[in-house]
Amino acid sequence: PNHTIMPNQIIPPPAKYGGRHTVTMIPGDGIGPELLNHARELFRFCCVPVDFEVVNVDSSVTSEDDINNAVTAIKRNGVALKGNIETNHNLPPSHKSRNNLLRTSLDLYANVMHCQTLPGVQTRHRDIDIIIIRENTEGEYSSLEHENVPGVVECLKIITRMNSMRLAEFAFRLAREKGRRRITAVHKANIMKLGDGLFLKCCKEVAAGYPDITFDDMIVDNTTMQLVSKPQQFDVMVMPNLYGNVVSNVCAGLVGGPGLVPGANYGENYAVFETATRNTGKSIANKNIANPTATLLASCLMLDHLRLHDHASVIRKAVLKTLSETQLHTADLGGQGTTSEVVQTIMQEVQRNGFLNPKHI
Amino acid sequence: GDTQIFLLWKSLSQILSRVLGAVKSQTQPRTFSRGVHTVTLIPGDGIGPEISTAVMKIFEAAKVPIQWEERNVTAIKGPGGKWMIPPEAKESMDRSKIGLKGPLKTPIAAGHPSMNLLLRKTFDLYANVRPCVSIEGYKTPYTDVDLVTIRENTEGEYSGIEHVIVDGVVQSIKLITEQASRRIAEYAFEYARNNQRSSVTAVHKANIMRMSDGLFLRKCREVAENYKDVKFTEMYLDTVCLNMVQDPTQFDVLVMPNLYGDILSDLCAGLIGGLGVTPSGNIGANGVAIFESVHGTAPDIAGKDLANPTALLLSAVMMLRHMGLHADAKKIETACYDTIRDKKVLTKDLGGNSKCSEFTTEICRRVQDMD
Repeated sequence: PNHTIMPNQIIPPPAKYGGRHTVTMIPGDGIGPELLNHARELFRFCCVPVDFEVVNVDSSVTSEDDINNAVTAIKRNGVALKGNIETNHNLPPSHKSRNNLLRTSLDLYANVMHCQTLPGVQTRHRDIDIIIIRENTEGEYSSLEHENVPGVVECLKIITRMNSMRLAEFAFRLAREKGRRRITAVHKANIMKLGDGLFLKCCKEVAAGYPDITFDDMIVDNTTMQLVSKPQQFDVMVMPNLYGNVVSNVCAGLVGGPGLVPGANYGENYAVFETATRNTGKSIANKNIANPTATLLASCLMLDHLRLHDHASVIRKAVLKTLSETQLHTADLGGQGTTSEVVQTIMQEVQRNGFLNPKHI
Repeated sequence: GDTQIFLLWKSLSQILSRVLGAVKSQTQPRTFSRGVHTVTLIPGDGIGPEISTAVMKIFEAAKVPIQWEERNVTAIKGPGGKWMIPPEAKESMDRSKIGLKGPLKTPIAAGHPSMNLLLRKTFDLYANVRPCVSIEGYKTPYTDVDLVTIRENTEGEYSGIEHVIVDGVVQSIKLITEQASRRIAEYAFEYARNNQRSSVTAVHKANIMRMSDGLFLRKCREVAENYKDVKFTEMYLDTVCLNMVQDPTQFDVLVMPNLYGDILSDLCAGLIGGLGVTPSGNIGANGVAIFESVHGTAPDIAGKDLANPTALLLSAVMMLRHMGLHADAKKIETACYDTIRDKKVLTKDLGGNSKCSEFTTEICRRVQDMD
């Protein structure tokens, strides 16, 4: 039946026992709360069988209770959608990054980011399609620092065989699943012979078991130089934590900025979805100008993870179609559109495709 | 007789340079107003000799008051078994204080450490400076790039200290010291002041590496207090990368620890066209400054008159500015840029099919026309 329904009058269908998922939502700081709110509204509008359990993490307190609660909630639900939690880096080292604590507590060892040239977005480079797989728990992010002698600080970068093997296996499995042809390991093993050398060795070992995928490696400084001149040469890239930070931000910038790219953090048992470049966007918070694309695409990744592929596909299509309409572009893309206009348009697009027909649910 | 005179001259010049050094600040460029100045030239390997010849020819055409002293820096084993650069090279550099260097071969199984590392240690080259300016006529997706990366070059992640804790667990140590951080911050602000740059941005990851990058940041903030005429900002490494590839024009002078500097300086070189057109300078603690091209030795085109001398030439221009010879620097730089913009005589990597010697001759011609 064809009926026009106003968005806030949608009545979701009765919950099927066992058919609804509970997902932890961590609003975070800056633009996180408003964008995740939009995601929640959009889900409600599309009758997505997902309920959000909101857990707030106060970044201004020194107590780690909030983040521990969040971790417990995620362990219970298995899946989370999160905004970035601000880290005040002027506080003493005992106050650790909440985001990092979350990642290590849940052992989310693989961070995956898919960077693609998107239609309707003006960029200097075209035809970019790179999957970046980054080690997410160790390396330079081990938070092990000490000052043995006053004025001399040592920071330990830890690379383990276990994590490197795990990550490499994840990368090759993912590449095969997605039909990708080539994996490039990014490293600095010419200088950090033992650390990055170990990482590289593990990648090579795993590569031997995947003869259908070409494996090569590149030093990180050359990689960034190549990325800004010829990014089309890269297919899948795998790397330790810090280089992953650099490379993923470079790639996000190449395809149009932090407002566009979603990111996923996978562990053995848990998955957490967020924007790929993890920005708080403090300066644009609560002004209705933030770009919701990255957050909404992240929520689609989450839906795929929950095997709600139809819902994911419909929402993703609507988001990308809306993105291609330049007059709606938000400030980060050079336009003057508002967040709510973009979300409304996405909802209209979903509605137009008749997804609200109960038969589909 | 002669040896005694030489030794006397040597000790007199040492006393003189010590006196001069005490009078002037180490980071201020020395002004050379009259007379011919000696520069230690290290041609290097591969295409090194031919691009060095190109630079010497251009300097001659421009009548720059410089006398080149060629030296080889291939490592030798000194007394006690320690690897060192040849004493003639060290002596020349200590005396002239200014060096120009071509690309050096990286030995794989020669048993000695990288030559660049040896030079760095010998002269305590603590600051690596790379001005990245878009070259009109050499098109890249980025225009109007005009920034400088200043990288701490002695410690950080390149301390070389690594241990295998247990089988399968490796620890690499990143070292940040108060002294080195303060030194590089001071150099960055001095550079900004001396080169009319408006801001200095410290690049860090203190949210994750609270103590180490935190220390670096604190020192930068302290030094910034003494340079109120230069704007000081701080930015996370990832934010810099994100913004750099979208809008590089927002950056001016960037100062950072070793690894971030390595990555960012190459990223910025990529923005303007790569290592073949990027100049670089290394500043040492006792007044020594070595300017170099940072590309490789390109053994496949060595000796074939195909090399592009632009990187070494622009490094030499940077050297002239460091020496205070601004007019000569401007003349040669303009001639080089004009030649590239004109597109008539370009080496293969710049999109043309001229020889290195033809490219050099063209620049010489322009330089002479300017007089």
